[in-house]
Amino acid sequence: VQSPISIYYHLTFHAEFASFKAAALIQRWYRRYMARLETRRCCTWRIFQSIEYAGQQDHVKLHDFFSYLVDHFTPNSNHESEYDDYESIEVPDNYTGPRLSFPLLPNHATALVEAFRLKQQLHARYVLNLLHETRKHLVQLPNINRVSTCYSEEITVCGDLHGQLDDLIFIFHKNGLPSPERAYVFNGDFVDRGKESVEILMILFAFMLVYPKEFRLNRGNHEDHMVNLRYGLTKEVMHKYKTHGKKILKILQDVFCWLHLATLVDEKVLILHGGVSDMPDLELLAKLDRHKVLTTEVVSCEREGRAGSCPGAGSAPWAPPPGLPRGHRASRSSSIPCSCGPPWGPGAGRCRQQAGPPRAGRRGFRKETISWSFQVVDILWSDPMAQEGCKANTVRGGGCYFGPSVTEQLLQKYNLQFLIRSHERKPEGYEFCHRRKVLTIFSASNYYEVGSNRGAYVKLGPALTPYIVQYQANKETHRLTMRQRISRVEESALRSLWEKLFASSLDLLGEFKKHDADKTGLITLSAWAEAVESVLHLGLPWRMLKPQLVNSSTDNTLEYKSWLEDLAKEQLSRENIQSSLLETLYRNRPNLEAIFRITDSDHSGFISLDEFRQTWKLFSSHMNIDITDDCICDLARSIDLNRDGHIDINEFLEAFRIVEQSSTEGDTSDCPQATNTDNSGCSKPSKR
Amino acid sequence: MADDKEREGTELVIAEFHKKIKDAFEVFDHEANNTVDVREIGTIIRSLGCCPSEGELHDLIVEVEEEEPTGYIRFEKFLPVMTKVLLEKRYRPIPEDILLRAFEVLDPSKRGFLTKEELIKYMTEEGEPFSQEEMEEMLSAAIDPESNSIRYKDYIAMMVVDDG
Repeated sequence: VQSPISIYYHLTFHAEFASFKAAALIQRWYRRYMARLETRRCCTWRIFQSIEYAGQQDHVKLHDFFSYLVDHFTPNSNHESEYDDYESIEVPDNYTGPRLSFPLLPNHATALVEAFRLKQQLHARYVLNLLHETRKHLVQLPNINRVSTCYSEEITVCGDLHGQLDDLIFIFHKNGLPSPERAYVFNGDFVDRGKESVEILMILFAFMLVYPKEFRLNRGNHEDHMVNLRYGLTKEVMHKYKTHGKKILKILQDVFCWLHLATLVDEKVLILHGGVSDMPDLELLAKLDRHKVLTTEVVSCEREGRAGSCPGAGSAPWAPPPGLPRGHRASRSSSIPCSCGPPWGPGAGRCRQQAGPPRAGRRGFRKETISWSFQVVDILWSDPMAQEGCKANTVRGGGCYFGPSVTEQLLQKYNLQFLIRSHERKPEGYEFCHRRKVLTIFSASNYYEVGSNRGAYVKLGPALTPYIVQYQANKETHRLTMRQRISRVEESALRSLWEKLFASSLDLLGEFKKHDADKTGLITLSAWAEAVESVLHLGLPWRMLKPQLVNSSTDNTLEYKSWLEDLAKEQLSRENIQSSLLETLYRNRPNLEAIFRITDSDHSGFISLDEFRQTWKLFSSHMNIDITDDCICDLARSIDLNRDGHIDINEFLEAFRIVEQSSTEGDTSDCPQATNTDNSGCSKPSKR
Repeated sequence: MADDKEREGTELVIAEFHKKIKDAFEVFDHEANNTVDVREIGTIIRSLGCCPSEGELHDLIVEVEEEEPTGYIRFEKFLPVMTKVLLEKRYRPIPEDILLRAFEVLDPSKRGFLTKEELIKYMTEEGEPFSQEEMEEMLSAAIDPESNSIRYKDYIAMMVVDDG
C-alpha cells in the first residue's frame, strides 16, 4: 500500500514532468520557426547581393567602351577658369536655407546638419565656395593621414554611408558631434545610391574645414566621377542644381582625387576603404601623386593582363581625363578572363575563388610607371577572403581578394595591430575576420530595404581596443517584429528577382524546352531550378526560393509556359509593347543611362544628333550589333521627335529598344507575349 | 525487377535530397568554400524541414564536426549525415494539435491564455531554456500588449499561416 504522501509526490512529479515536456516541445517548435525565418532572411540577402554584383558585372563587360569614351571625352569648349567665379553667383533674398561664410566656424557646420535634417537645400554658391575651400585644404595634406589618440581621447571610425543622410545624423546624435575631443574618420563611399549624397558631402567637408586635425576623410571607390555617373551622384547633383550642377561636378571630381588614401592611428591601426594587396607598399603609397588617379574605375578594368596603359591618370589637375601620353591607348579586349567560364557561371560563388591566376604571376607584366596606380586600385577595391593567398577580384573587376597571410604580412612589415576597412555591406554592420586582424565596418543601415541590415561604427581609445556600436536608423523598424521585417525586405528582393527572371523570359523558355524532350509542356521542379540557374547565373539557392517563385506545384512538375506568362503579367505595365523589347530595356537600362550621361558631356540633359550617332556607332561595334550608317542616321532623326536636333534620355533609351528589336526579330515567335511576328529583318522604327 | 525499380527510385530520391541539402548549405556558406559556421548548422537542418531538439541537434553536430573542432563544418561531412536524417524522416515537425496540447498543459485551469510572466517562466526555466534574446523575440510577436498575455490558440494560428 502506498502512503498518501508518496502518491502525492508521484503525482506532482508527473505534473512537473509534463510541464517540462510541454515547454520543451514549444521551444523546439519555436526554434524551428525562427530558423526558417533566418533562412529566408539569408536568401533575401543573397538575392540582393547577387543582383547587385551581377549588375556590376554587366558594367565590367562594357568597360572598354567606357574607356574609349573617356579617351574622347572632350571638356566643355568654354573652359571654366581654375578659380571659379562663384562669387558672382547671386543668392536671392528669399533664400531660406543655410548661409555659410569663410573661414567656417563650428556653428556653421552644426547649422548645416540641422538644416539638412529639415530638408533644406544649400544654395549652389555656398556649395561651390565650400568645395573650393575644401580643395584648398586637401591639397596640402599627405596621402596617408596620421592621427594620434594623445590629442583626441577617442576616435570614431565610420564606414560606407552611400548617401543615407539619416544614418549620418543618427551617428552624430548617438555618438556626439565632432569636436577637438571627439575625432572622426569617415572611411569612404559617402555618395551614390542613397538620395542625399550632396548633403552628406557638405556636412563632411564642413566639419573637416572646422576641425582639420580631428576630422578626416578617406577616399572610397565611389569618390570617383566615373562611378558616380552610373551610381547616382551625378544624377542627384544635376537634379538638385540645374543651373550650376556641372560646375559642381567638375570641382567635385577634383576634390575626390585629393582625398586621403588611408589613415593611420597611433602608427598601429591602418584605416582604408577596400583592402590591401600581397605587395603592400606604404612608403610608395605615401609618396605617389594621388591626385593623378582621377578614376580607379577604368584602371581597375584594364588590369587583366594588358600592359602599357594607365587610363584615368592625368598630367595636370584640369587636364581632360584622357591624359594619356601619346602612344598609350587603352586596348580594347572585351572580356575578363575567368578560368571557369563566364564570370557568373554555375556555382557562381565558387567562381570567385577560381577566377584568374594568382596575382604574383602577373607582376612581370606591369611597368613601373603604372604600378603605383594599381596600389591605389587595390586600396579602394579589395576584399578580404578566408583562404590563403591573393587573387584578382573578378567580382568587382578591380583590386584583389586577400587572405589572412597577406594581412599578417602587412601588419608585421609595418608593425601594425590591425586593419579597419569598409567597402562590403554586412548584416550586422561590422565583421571581424583574419583572426580579428581585419575589421569591416559599414555604416549604411537598411541598405537594401528597411530592416535589411544594421549599420555600425567603431570607437578607438588610447588602448586601441575596438568598441563597436550598432544601429538601425529608422524609427519604424524597432517596432516591427522579426516576422514583419523579413516580409518587407523579402518582398523587395523578390520583386528584383521577378524582374530579372522576366528580363530573361526568352532564354528561360529555350532552356525549359531543352528539359522537355517529349514536348509535354511540363518540367520537373528540379529541372526548373537547373534551367533558371543556367540562364541567370546568379548562383542562388533556387530550391530554397522555389516556394516564393513558383505557385502551387502539383506533384513536382511545372507548366512552364503558363509560369512564364504569369511572370509577364506581373511585369507588363504598358500595353502594346512586345515583351522581348521590354526585356532588353530592363536588362540594359543602368548601362544605357550611364552611357547617356557620358555622351552628354556638358550635363545638359540632352545630346546632339551627332554625339548620338558617334556613340551609337561605338556601342554597336562593341556589342557586335550589325547596323549600317544610314540606319543610324535614320534612327537618330526619327528619335528626335521635336526636330530640335537634340535627344533626351528617354528618347535615347527608346533607340536601343528599337534597334534590338530589329536584330532579334527572328526569335520572337515563341515568346508567350509576342504579338506581331514580322520577320522582315531590319524594321523601320515606328513613328509615334 | 521490382528491386531494380525500387533501387532506382531510392537513388532518385537521394539525388534530390543531395541537391536540396546543397542549396540549403550554400545559403550559409558565406565564403563560398563549402564550409559553414557550426552555429548555423541548426538553422540549416531546420530549414530542410526537420525539427530537432537542442539535445538532438548537439548530437548531430558531434557527428559532423571535425576530430579537432574548428568552428566550421564541411559540406563533405554534412551531406551524408543529413541525407540519412532525411531518408529516415527523423525529427519530424510538430503537428498543430500537439502544439496546442502543450500550451494547454501549461494552462491547467484552461483560461485560454498564459500571462507574460508565466510564459517567461516556462520558456526560460523549463525544457531547453530560451536565451534572453530568444525570449524577447518570442514576446515581441506573441504578447498582446493590452492584456500582457498570450492567447496561445490565436498565436499558433498566426504562426502556422506564416510558416508556408
